[in-house]
Amino acid sequence: MSGQFGMYPFIISSLWVTVIALLLAGPVCLLSAIHLTQYARPIVLRIMHPVIDILAGIPSVIFGVWGVLAIVPFVGDHIGPLFGKSITGYSILSGGLVLAVMIIPFILNILIEVFRTIPEELTEVTLSLGATHWMVIKHVLLRKAFPGIISAFSLGLSRAFGETIAVLMVVGNVTRIPTGALQPGYPLPALIANNYGEMLSIPRYDSALMLAALVLLVIVILFNIISRWLIFRVERNT
Amino acid sequence: MKLGVRKAEELFFRVVMFLATTVILLALLMIIFTILHKGLAAVSWKMISQLPKGGFYFGKEGGILNAILGSIYLASGASILAILFGLPVALYINIHLHKNKRLVTAIRFMLDVMWGIPSIVYGAFGFTVMLFFGMRSSLLAGMLTVTLFIIPIMIRSIDEVMKTVPKGLLESTLSLGSTKSETAYRVYFKQCISGVTTALLLSFGRAIGDAASVLFTTGYTDNLPTSLSEPTATLPLAIFFQLSSPIAEVKERAYASAVILTVIILIISLVSRVSARKYLKHKIK
Repeated sequence: MSGQFGMYPFIISSLWVTVIALLLAGPVCLLSAIHLTQYARPIVLRIMHPVIDILAGIPSVIFGVWGVLAIVPFVGDHIGPLFGKSITGYSILSGGLVLAVMIIPFILNILIEVFRTIPEELTEVTLSLGATHWMVIKHVLLRKAFPGIISAFSLGLSRAFGETIAVLMVVGNVTRIPTGALQPGYPLPALIANNYGEMLSIPRYDSALMLAALVLLVIVILFNIISRWLIFRVERNT
Repeated sequence: MKLGVRKAEELFFRVVMFLATTVILLALLMIIFTILHKGLAAVSWKMISQLPKGGFYFGKEGGILNAILGSIYLASGASILAILFGLPVALYINIHLHKNKRLVTAIRFMLDVMWGIPSIVYGAFGFTVMLFFGMRSSLLAGMLTVTLFIIPIMIRSIDEVMKTVPKGLLESTLSLGSTKSETAYRVYFKQCISGVTTALLLSFGRAIGDAASVLFTTGYTDNLPTSLSEPTATLPLAIFFQLSSPIAEVKERAYASAVILTVIILIISLVSRVSARKYLKHKIK
């Protein structure tokens, strides 16, 4: 016990899990938000609103249980052998999958708001020039909504970064620098949650864990400030 | 580009977008189905009505009443504290400060950022403050931490509803000679009562479902708490601890506990929907 601590593996694990979650959830949310605001009939929105609300309200521990029951075996039995590896399924990919579902309602809600603030005249003008509806979306809406989309994604990112229990339950918690998505990881929030019990028995361990919490806080606040500011600007300009 | 290509591109993306929406719907159905499918078999009246008995964690007799009641105590306490702070703040922002746009924007901005802070950070913060005051993990410490964590949710949800109240209402009540506080509690509060109820239920749901903030602060025990200074069991932690057990019976109980928590959350969501509709009738348009 030299009183030295390193957080490199934990930060890398956190990045892996978060980026995978965003890569999975981002496109789905974007496509679905366009569908719901541009194409879908009102009845679809009336169905999807409660769905989004309930999904947002499900506690993270339930997502964790679902991850253990459904995602972990799926990754272990199907995804692992696909790459010729035999793994338990407790891996960064499982964490990313569970997280992706958890952040979908947050990102989707913001994206729907963003697309709603874009004035309808823009669409109408472009349609009158002979463009198809999809061309309007591609060339006008997406460009206009770009800052809003970026901020929705970064809010989702920060939400994923701080998520604790659900990830902790499926990610494996092995202290090693992960080099692939099928390996177990050990993200920062899981580190704090797993070790608070021993916090007072090892000298200066409490400071190290609090530093982990500080890193988490600073990153999340930074992302939040940037994205909230972007949203604020979008809302002011329209 | 030829028209045919354009049409084909549009059709392709319409299909993909429709699939994306379906995926989201299916994800929710799959979660609820998986939890119910695995857990319903193990749910029994004993599970809900009894405390853990000797050998409970090795698969023997008992239930998780301690965790259910503990969670309800904790979430109710925290929600009540949060609305005691949250409602006046939301009213103050919308009525007393409504001319000071910059300040209001700054406050909303800060609250949004606070909403984004992960609950584990609140937990770590609560734990450090507890250590500073020499407190043990207890119901009170957990309640205070969860209150901190749900106050931004509470204020911002009430605030969002109050934003939609027409400004004419404020002006006309003031012109009739009422004070700002009378306007706030007699008019705005009544006008927004459905929003306040929804905010309360939303915060309650957050409070009852969060594990990371109570992990440090509330502790865990097999007994029912008899005072605020005792540690308390909570449902999310009950699920978490039982699931990490290697014994099959205990795991089964974790699934059953997950069913109980899911049902509580679904009921809360249903009640908030119904109440939002019910109070809408009394609203001045």
